[in-house]
Amino acid sequence: MSVACVGSLSTQARTQRLRSPAGLGLRTGPFSAQIHTRLPDVAAAVGRLYADYPLLNEEDFYDFRVGIARPPGLRSIWQPQVVFEHDGQTPFNPLPGDQGFPLLEWGMNWCVYGLCHQYLILHAAVLERNGHALILPAPSGSGKSTLCAGLLFGGWRLLSDELTLICPHQGNIVPNPRPVSLKNQSIAVIESFAPQVQFGSRVHETSKGIVAHFKPPPDAIDRASDRAMPAWIVLPKYRAEHPATLQPLEKSRAFMHLVENAFNYDVFGAEAFQLLGSVIDRSLCFSFEYGHLPQAVQLFNRLADGQDCTAPA
Amino acid sequence: MLKAADSSLLCALRDPGQVAGWPPARCSSLLHQARSNGLLGRVAHRVVGACQAAALPVPATLMGHFESALRLCRTQQAEVQREALFLGAALRELGAPVVMLKGAAYVLAALPAAQGRLFSDIDLMVPKADLDRAESQLMLHGWMGGAQTAYDERYYRQWMHELPPMTHVHRQTTLDVHHTLLPESARLRPDAAALFTRAQDIPDWPGLQVLGPADMVLHNMTHLFMNDETRHSLRDLCDLDALLRHFGAQPGFWEELMARAQLHQLTRPLYYGLRYAVGCLGTPVPEATQSAVARLGPPAPLRLLMDALWSRALDPQSKLRHRSSDALASWALYVRGHWLRMPPLLLLRHLSIKALRLHEKRPLTAEEATG
Repeated sequence: MSVACVGSLSTQARTQRLRSPAGLGLRTGPFSAQIHTRLPDVAAAVGRLYADYPLLNEEDFYDFRVGIARPPGLRSIWQPQVVFEHDGQTPFNPLPGDQGFPLLEWGMNWCVYGLCHQYLILHAAVLERNGHALILPAPSGSGKSTLCAGLLFGGWRLLSDELTLICPHQGNIVPNPRPVSLKNQSIAVIESFAPQVQFGSRVHETSKGIVAHFKPPPDAIDRASDRAMPAWIVLPKYRAEHPATLQPLEKSRAFMHLVENAFNYDVFGAEAFQLLGSVIDRSLCFSFEYGHLPQAVQLFNRLADGQDCTAPA
Repeated sequence: MLKAADSSLLCALRDPGQVAGWPPARCSSLLHQARSNGLLGRVAHRVVGACQAAALPVPATLMGHFESALRLCRTQQAEVQREALFLGAALRELGAPVVMLKGAAYVLAALPAAQGRLFSDIDLMVPKADLDRAESQLMLHGWMGGAQTAYDERYYRQWMHELPPMTHVHRQTTLDVHHTLLPESARLRPDAAALFTRAQDIPDWPGLQVLGPADMVLHNMTHLFMNDETRHSLRDLCDLDALLRHFGAQPGFWEELMARAQLHQLTRPLYYGLRYAVGCLGTPVPEATQSAVARLGPPAPLRLLMDALWSRALDPQSKLRHRSSDALASWALYVRGHWLRMPPLLLLRHLSIKALRLHEKRPLTAEEATG
C-alpha cells in the first residue's frame, strides 16, 4: 500500500494544512510531527525539503506538535523575528525573521534529544552500507557534515546527519533521516562533488554562518524502518590538502568520545555505560583525517567492502 | 464540576486501564496534555501498571514515551537520594530537626506519591532559631546562596519563609531551606513548632525527617492553593490525590487532618484541596469528612469565582492553548497568591518594584549578604 507524500499536496493545500489547527502531519523515521506555520517562506521550504516524506492525517498519532510563528508584539513591524513553538510553549529566544526553516530543524532536533530517552542519543552522523552502520561522532567544525553528505551521495544510506539513535533493547541504530544541513564552505564542496544536489533552503547570517538544507535521497526515507548494527566508529577531522588517512583508535578513547557526544548519557546512567561498551566492542574504531572529499568517499567504500584501509604505522 | 473533566489526561488519571483501547488521536492528546502539565511520568506509571494488571497492551505509540519518562524519573529519584546523603552529612552537626518537604520527602519516605514524579528542587525545613547555623553548615559543604539583588535577599529573608535558593557549587543541584510552611507576612500562621513536634524519622535516612501525614497533606494543599504560580498546579493536585489515597487508609487520618487544619489555620486550603481533588481526580474521601469540610468554605460568590479560576488553572489544556481567559485566570491567581502572602501595602510595594524594576542590580554589601 503506497502512502501519500507531502509532495502530493498542492501548494494551496499544503499552506492550508500548515495554517489549520490540525497542522501538516508527516513521518520522519520513528517519529511523527505535526507542523504549524503561517509564514510563507517556511511553508515553501517544508514543501521542498519534506516532499518525499509520508503524509499523515488528523486522526494519526503525533510525537511532536511544533510550529514556527512570529512572536507577539509591535517589534514584528520593523524587525521581524521567528519563534519555535512546541506544545504551546516557546522554549527558545526568537531568531531573525528569515531563519524560520533552520529554526524548525533545530527545534525538531531538540524535541528528539530533549524528550526521547527511549533511545540513547549521540551527537553523531550515521550511515549504512551492506547492512552495517558507520558512526561519525564529532562536534561542529570537524568536517563531519561534509563527509556525511559526501558519503550519502557516494552510495551510503543516510540514517541521520545529526542524531544517532541507539535502541537500548536491541543495541542497533534506529534511522531518523531528515533534511541534511550544511554550513559555509561545505555547501560549495558538496555542490561540486554532487552537482545533482538541490538545496531547498539557504539562510545567511545565522549564528553559524550560512546554513543550507537539502533533502536526503529517497532510499533514506523509504528504508527508514530498516535498522543497522554498528560496525565502524570514525572520528573525522578535516585538514586542508591532507591525504585521506585512517588510523586505528584505541577502543577506550573511542568509548570516551561516544560518552562526550551522548546527549542523554546522564539519564541512562549505568545502562549507558553498558550500551556504549557493547557498541564499542562490536565496532572497528578509527580516527580519520582528509582534505579531499572524493578521496575520502573512495576510502570508506573500500572499508565497507572489507578491505584494510588503515595507514601503515 | 470541572468542565475539562473529560480531557484525555484527567480520564487517564482516573481510569488508566482504558487507555489500552484508545485511538491514535486520543493517545496523541494524552501525550501532549501530560507533557505540558509535567505529568508524563505519573501517567506512564499508572497506565503501564493498569495495563499489566489487566493483561492489556499499552498502545505502541505511547510506550516509547512512557519508557522515556520512566527512565528520567528513575534517574531523578536516584539523584534526590544521592543529594539527601550529602544533606544528611552537611547538617549532621546542626543538632536540630531537618524535615524534608514535598517531592524529596515522597521519595525518601518511599510513598506512592513519588512514583512517576519528576523533580526540580529539593526543599527542607529547619526551626527558625537554627536557620543561620544551617545556612553556615550548608555553605561549608559547598552550597551557595543565589539571590540576584539586595531586594531579592530582603524579600526572601525578611518577608518570606525561606532562604534565597541555594545551589551546590559542584553538583549544581538546588536547595530551598524553609523554616515554616508560609511566609511570616502571610495572613494565615501555621504553628511551626507543632510541625516539628509531629515530624517523623525516615527509615534508612538517619538525621532526616518528614512531616506527619496530616501536616504533609496540608502542606501540599497550602502550596497548591496559596501559591502564585499555577504552572504545576495539576501536578501538585495529583500528588495530593496520591497522598490522600495512601494515608486515607490509615485509621484516624481524616480526623487528624481536620484537627491539624484547625490548629494551623489552614482550613481554607483544606476545603479547596478536597473539593478539587474529588472533583477532578475522583479521590475517595469519606462522606463525614466532606460534610465537615464543606462548612469551611467561602461564601457562595467567592466560591463561584474560585471555581472559575481554578477550573481554568487545573484544565490540562490551558497550557496548550493561548486563551485570554486562561491568562486572566492565571494572572488573578498570581495576584491572589501574593495577596495571601503579604499585607496590602507590602504587596503594592513588592509588585511595583518588580514591575518597574526599581531595585538596582548592584553587588550586595557584606551586611546585606549575611542578612
